[in-house]
Amino acid sequence: MIRDLYYSLIGFLRTFGALQFFFLRLLAGSPSILVNRFSLVVQQIFNTGALSLVIIMVSGFFVGGVLGLQGYDSLVKFNAADSVGAVAALSLVKELGPVVTALLFAGRAGTALSSEIGLMKATDQLSAMEMMAINPINRVLVPRFLGGVISMPMLAAVFSMVGLLGAYVVSVVLLGVDFGAFWEQMQVNVEPGDIREGIIKSIVFGIIASLLAVWEGYHAVPTAEGVGRATTRSVVKTAIAVLIFDFMITAIFLNS
Amino acid sequence: MQQTRSVEIGTGLFIFLGLAAVFFLSTRATGLSSQLDANAYEVTGRFDNVGSLKERAPVSMSGVTIGRVTSVEFDPKRLDAIVRFKIDSKYSEIPDDSDASILTSGLLGSQYIGLQAGGSDTYLKQGSELQFTQSALVLEQMISKYLFSGGTKKSE
Repeated sequence: MIRDLYYSLIGFLRTFGALQFFFLRLLAGSPSILVNRFSLVVQQIFNTGALSLVIIMVSGFFVGGVLGLQGYDSLVKFNAADSVGAVAALSLVKELGPVVTALLFAGRAGTALSSEIGLMKATDQLSAMEMMAINPINRVLVPRFLGGVISMPMLAAVFSMVGLLGAYVVSVVLLGVDFGAFWEQMQVNVEPGDIREGIIKSIVFGIIASLLAVWEGYHAVPTAEGVGRATTRSVVKTAIAVLIFDFMITAIFLNS
Repeated sequence: MQQTRSVEIGTGLFIFLGLAAVFFLSTRATGLSSQLDANAYEVTGRFDNVGSLKERAPVSMSGVTIGRVTSVEFDPKRLDAIVRFKIDSKYSEIPDDSDASILTSGLLGSQYIGLQAGGSDTYLKQGSELQFTQSALVLEQMISKYLFSGGTKKSE
């Protein structure tokens, strides 16, 4: 029993360490891809970013709408319904925007990345590239990783913006909060540091989600079942890592 | 060719939308857009108690915001608080004996500085110090004062 525990702990540490080396390899390959083969990155930004816009915008609108409803319902008891704009903006920009976007991103784009790379591996496309003296990490993984890292902050910002629109529609148009007070309370209470925190979070989450998706795909067992498992694992690991990092980044920002 | 072109257009639009969203959040959602112009002049005031007045709190006159608080500091020598605030340069004819008080918007709202015009012929300018200031009303002190005075009345 204890031996099993020991081996699983060692296995976990080993995977974790290998992930760091994998990350460094991706980073090392990034500059040359960014300069010489930027069209590959553009293609991936389109796949992971532009094609995720619909789910991000629809979810953002309704998350913002729920914030408007719940915020109004709670605040009206304290005669502070005007603050609903500030509450919605702060929760969207600092927490929900980056976190929910990262979770949706893992579901929409991360799974696509994992299964695509896993299938390439299962059908020996990656080995074929190596035979042609093309480094599959640089040619296949790095553009996908960079595409995800660039797309994530954009998606999170779009999510927050559409979310504010949703909160506005629900609280001002439907529930009758004053139009001016909604924006005024938001502008008084949201500070540039809050926006910065949101942007930093979304960049970190973008790196986590893309790294884990690419990693799981690249290390998938090259069978139909293995690719399916890799896809599942990439979503599960991303969700856990994002929530842990969210807590840590929030704690750091609160203390500074 | 056709496909890469549409991909590039889509990506360009996406990046543009993302940057527009960042711009929207940093201008519309924060108070950045209500920055003062470059010629705003700075005035100081000393208060015994500033309550929870913070930087960027509005300075208003007759209910209209004419400036913002730039710093709130404690003066260890005179043991009071120095509040610096900037007033927009278009409001350059405010009498220098105006009275500044720290007010609260609503019962639990944020605090701001309210200016009450005086009657002097000279106007506030860069670096002037307000002579007449009124501290923030601290809710706890008011309540205890009320309780205390209520208690003495009963005993009389």
